[in-house]
Amino acid sequence: MTLASLLAQLLNGLAGASSLFLVAAGLTLIFGVSRVVNFAHGSLYMLGAYVAWTSVAWFGRGPVGFWGGVLLATLVVAAIGALVESLLLRRIYAAPELLQLAATFGVVLIVRDLTLATWGAEDLLGPRAAGFAGVVDLFGRATPTYELLLIVVGPLVLAGLWWLLVRTRFGVQIRAATENRALVGALGINEARLFTQVFALGAGLAGLAGALQLPREPANLGMDLAIIAEAFVVTVVGGLGSITGAFLAALLIGLVKALCVVVGTVEFGGFAIAFPKLTLVAEFVVMAIVLAVRPYGLLGQPAVIPATTPVAEFRALIRPPGRRSLAAALALAAVAALLPFTGDEYRLILATDILVLAVFAASLQFLMGGGGMASFGHAAYFGLGAYGAALAFKHGAPMAFALAAAPAAALVGAVIFGWFCVRLSGVYLAMLTLAFAQIVWSIAFQWDAVTGGSNGLVGIWPAPLLADKRDYFWFVLTLAGAALAAIAWLAQTPLGYALRGSRDSALRAEALGIDVRRTQWMAFAIAGTFAGLAGGLHVFSKGSLSPETLAIPRSVDALVMVLLGGLNAIAGPLLGAAAFTLLQDGLARATDYWRAVLGAAILLIVLLAPMGIGGALQRLFARGAR
Amino acid sequence: MTEPLLAVTGLRKAFGGVAAVDDVSFSVAAGEIVALIGPNGAGKSTCFNLINGQLAPDAGSVRLGGTAIGGAAPRAIARLGVGRTFQVAATFASMTVRENVQLALLAHAGAQHQIGRRATTALAAEADALLEQVRMARFADQGCATLAYGDAKRVELALALANAPRLLLMDEPTAGMSPNSRNRMMQLAADLARQTRVAVLFTEHDMDVVFGHADRVIVLDRGRIIAEGPPAAIRNEPRVRAVYLGDDEA
Repeated sequence: MTLASLLAQLLNGLAGASSLFLVAAGLTLIFGVSRVVNFAHGSLYMLGAYVAWTSVAWFGRGPVGFWGGVLLATLVVAAIGALVESLLLRRIYAAPELLQLAATFGVVLIVRDLTLATWGAEDLLGPRAAGFAGVVDLFGRATPTYELLLIVVGPLVLAGLWWLLVRTRFGVQIRAATENRALVGALGINEARLFTQVFALGAGLAGLAGALQLPREPANLGMDLAIIAEAFVVTVVGGLGSITGAFLAALLIGLVKALCVVVGTVEFGGFAIAFPKLTLVAEFVVMAIVLAVRPYGLLGQPAVIPATTPVAEFRALIRPPGRRSLAAALALAAVAALLPFTGDEYRLILATDILVLAVFAASLQFLMGGGGMASFGHAAYFGLGAYGAALAFKHGAPMAFALAAAPAAALVGAVIFGWFCVRLSGVYLAMLTLAFAQIVWSIAFQWDAVTGGSNGLVGIWPAPLLADKRDYFWFVLTLAGAALAAIAWLAQTPLGYALRGSRDSALRAEALGIDVRRTQWMAFAIAGTFAGLAGGLHVFSKGSLSPETLAIPRSVDALVMVLLGGLNAIAGPLLGAAAFTLLQDGLARATDYWRAVLGAAILLIVLLAPMGIGGALQRLFARGAR
Repeated sequence: MTEPLLAVTGLRKAFGGVAAVDDVSFSVAAGEIVALIGPNGAGKSTCFNLINGQLAPDAGSVRLGGTAIGGAAPRAIARLGVGRTFQVAATFASMTVRENVQLALLAHAGAQHQIGRRATTALAAEADALLEQVRMARFADQGCATLAYGDAKRVELALALANAPRLLLMDEPTAGMSPNSRNRMMQLAADLARQTRVAVLFTEHDMDVVFGHADRVIVLDRGRIIAEGPPAAIRNEPRVRAVYLGDDEA
């Protein structure tokens, strides 16, 4: 390593930090005013890149095409942001946090498919930036002038935002709304207009960042989730609501990543560790250290713990399941056991999928419904289970051991990640779980030698005894049935009540001597273990796995299933998994854009039926019983 | 003389340079009912939060039965026998009244993380006995979120009692109740405290409740104790009348 290469990497890291800061700053601004964490912020960034590409395609690679495109992207995306705010978010400001997050996730899916429909699936290579195509000699190295420009953009935007917030009337209104939302209306500020304006500002920043990224990275459909995960890390490290914090965190992470690249591959006692591949892991380490010392980030403020849960949904009385539920479950299992005799193999595969996903969804429901903790990265545990089982199998373990490795691997992951997650709550926790999941995904994706990288692992089939699809179905039915029963049982035990009590009122739980964090940590471990079991069953039913198994869309799937089924309905996970699987199966056959339909379905649930199918059925039964 | 159950010495807590509680010292004996009064912002709730561990003191000590508890976590202090009710009643909204008390009893028994039995069948008789004590037995199967405000406060009292406390902290136990229910509520708490020799420290805005039930009254103003004594003396203390009762003639 030379000093020159170190400096070159540092410059590269700082250039990357700028666009990351722009996205994180917008995210934080919007959160400050509206208290909504916009999961679709990465989608706005992606749109910025695509709009800029189109501008160049129309107006050429000159200054008009490129810089006009940057301006156009900023404005167009700001307008789209304003539209999303006034059409959708405005309707859900009063909704539970969880549903707000889910709704913006729905927007992610819709934007993804709209982008696919408009620009196609191919990566679109961007032009060099007009006027900044060359290089300058810096410390004996050719440094792209564009990198230098980007490095300046970050501080410039920070200064601009600072000026806006401190010196203008608009800025004063934003700060007033951030400090005390109730005050805004009382001061005669037009709240609705302010929210739309702030959302447009934040969206514009994301669009600008995306457009500026175009010369460095082709516009592609993976940009949205890649940047949002990083932006979450930056926002959590910097402190939610603090723009300066976001700037510092972006710098810090940019520098650490640059250092990883510089260090290169290092040998430790025969093991070669390729640091350049560990950039995402490095982010995790930075985040872990910061959060361990300052749980609310570098410049963040601790959230005030409310005396009782403000979430209306969590105030509804939850009755333990009665004998009728048990009888219904047993009857259903008996009917399901007859399914292989119909001889329809496709139906059998779908039924196996439903059972596996029901366990996955039930584990998330245990955490989210019972514990009030929204995990937006639950696929991490499913994936750890799947990879755990697959790797054990590949290294010669018999199926029984490999399958046991699945929950074990997920348990280890859940214990480690959960330790950090339970120190946060609400949206912080959701962002952190997503960031962790993204890290696990990147390890699976990048660690070719062990995980097979993007190709994944193949040839993981059940033992001869279970090789027949029918036998494997019965096997899954037994295990999944037991797992679902165990999760339902846990919710009825003192632990389940302590967990729900911690959700209802952390203040009261602590005053009674219940260790809220410890209880939530245990719930994390339990949920992770069952998700891992689902992952293990999944890999043996498919015979192969790839990083897709634990990518963010799978976490979204789990969320959709839980929301579809109902957060606290006992039959929710099964209903949700069945509805989801059948819907997906039908949609995927009917249209290429089934994810957009799924996104629209999420929006409909949030807007029209926040209790889910299970919740609606339960209410119906309760009415019938009366 | 033996050490009083609760001994607070030189307690201090500042928020951003403003002392909310400044050099406060007092004690409460077992079986004694002490009222902590003062105008809004006098530091009553801060005092409570320092005693039950929600806040860590900047200086001074809090001792419970001879053990220093200042700065310990709320759950640790709860396990040492401090029960607490909140200004805004904090109960478990998704559970029935009985389940609330059952969970409190399970936590007291250290059984809150058990997974081998149903919570709904655990300690049911004990829970019902407690609900009987606070006159809430007929609401046992009702959801806590749907209770009238005064009833939620009673449930809170049962939750605090489930912990078999040596010290009971009640933050405005009768706020939001009608005058009749106020007296009934406070009489109930006072009777229970005297029967079981629990020390009670409560804050209250209603002077009838304070003077009717407290053995001793401590008056706080701007974070400092300005008077302390039996109700009759406090009622006539000129400084208290000036600062607190808004009596300009004094």
